[in-house]
Amino acid sequence: MGDYQFHWIIVYQALPQMLKGTFVTLHVSLLSMFLGIIIAVFLSLGKMSETRILNIIPNIWIEIARNTPALFQIYMAYFGLGAFGIHLSPYVSVLSALVFINAGYLAETFRGGFQSIPSTQLIASRSLGMTRIKAYRYVVLPQMFRRVYHPMTNQFVWSILMSSLGILVGMGELSGETQRLQSLSFRTLEFFMVAAVLYYVVTKSVLLCSELISKKIFTGDI
Amino acid sequence: MIQVQGLHKSFGNLKVLKGIDLEVQKGEVVSVIGGSGSGKSTLLYCINAIEKIQKGKILVDGIDAHDKKTDKNKLRQKLGMVFQQWNSFPHLTVLENVTLAPRVVLGQTTKQAEDLAKQYLDHVGLGDKYDEYPTRMSGGQQQRLAIARTLAMKPSYMLLDEVTSALDPELVGEVLDTLRLLRKEGMTMICVTHEMAFAKEVSDRIAFVEKGIIEEIGDAHQVIENPANEKTQRFLSKVL
Ligand SMILES: Nc1ncnc2c1ncn2[C@@H]1O[C@H](COP(=O)(O)OP(=O)(O)OP(=O)(O)O)[C@@H](O)[C@H]1O
Ligand SMILES: [Mg+2]
Repeated sequence: MGDYQFHWIIVYQALPQMLKGTFVTLHVSLLSMFLGIIIAVFLSLGKMSETRILNIIPNIWIEIARNTPALFQIYMAYFGLGAFGIHLSPYVSVLSALVFINAGYLAETFRGGFQSIPSTQLIASRSLGMTRIKAYRYVVLPQMFRRVYHPMTNQFVWSILMSSLGILVGMGELSGETQRLQSLSFRTLEFFMVAAVLYYVVTKSVLLCSELISKKIFTGDI
Repeated sequence: MIQVQGLHKSFGNLKVLKGIDLEVQKGEVVSVIGGSGSGKSTLLYCINAIEKIQKGKILVDGIDAHDKKTDKNKLRQKLGMVFQQWNSFPHLTVLENVTLAPRVVLGQTTKQAEDLAKQYLDHVGLGDKYDEYPTRMSGGQQQRLAIARTLAMKPSYMLLDEVTSALDPELVGEVLDTLRLLRKEGMTMICVTHEMAFAKEVSDRIAFVEKGIIEEIGDAHQVIENPANEKTQRFLSKVL
């Protein structure tokens, strides 16, 4: 105890690779958010639909996504599907697991957002001759996205942190890359401390950017 | 011309309209009066095909509003509707509120739509509010915005559902003035209203509705001053 010698130079030399891992982390979580948001819009609309058949898939999706561990999703995608002869790369496994979970969580968030918009907004739009799709596109969705913007940002941060589970399937994101690098030198503590700092910087930057973006695009009141 | 023939409408078991016949000529202003829950709003929603009907027919310029083959969106472009709650789009500026439908429904360019929107906004007295957000305006201003937004679609008819009844008393006048202006320009209107004096002033005819039936319809002055139907008399004695 107390006589651990820190050797930072190795970590310093490996920094470019760690930054590359950071980029992969950001990449996979950003993409998982993008796809997750699109799917979540349809899941939440399906769940709210009065046509029973359209409730089925959203219900099952949301239940599983919200009530099973992320680890399980990633294992299912990587090893589970392998049993059926579907071999996904580590990147695609982690991506699809994150998309699955993001869509499930965001669907419920979006449902709350949709329900907080008075139905008269839709009626007013339709009375101006807009089709249902146009009314959603120009009137309902923009307002819904404002209301769920902050929970959406939180989901993004969650995705960044959860993508670290990529370490389990040998994905080259920040955690996986850190794991590989430290195993070459056994400077475990140094590598993971730097990784923690990088995660912190990334999530803080994301929060800051999303704040700036919201100021830029959300003019006016809700 | 708007023709309502033998219209029946119910919500589940609740019969709301029980055989409405009404004809509104081009250029005419018809007010609909009656107690709460008598089905006045529902009538407008049926004309606009926002609500489905069970029986009867509604023809707008001869087009069957509830025929499956009728393009409801096209139909609604002809029928401008203004609601009791003005329903401004809170995420858009005043100008954008007005240009949205002309752009995305009629395919106007932003420039075209803006030029036109400015004309209508000036017309309803909002010429200094283009870049304001509706939620920062008074109810009267938001209601005039709703009227401008509807006019920008160049409707042939206006359906107005108690457009002043959610307003503070001191704001009612400015909205009524806007409607007077429309009347003067020859806009065809069906006004559901609680403002009897206003109805008498601007309408050609007034229809009194009770329990889903038009109990009396006739010349505006006659219906208010000299109602023939006992039920109209009873209603008016309560509200006047
Ligand atoms: N979407 C709906 N579902 C079920 N019932 C409805 C619906 N809309 C209206 N009703 C019922 O239909 C009846 C007529 O309603 P409507 O809104 O047309 O009355 P109104 O004459 O406009 O009344 P008010 O003067 O209060 O606005 C009421 O009993 C109302 O509760
Ligand atoms: Mg009403």
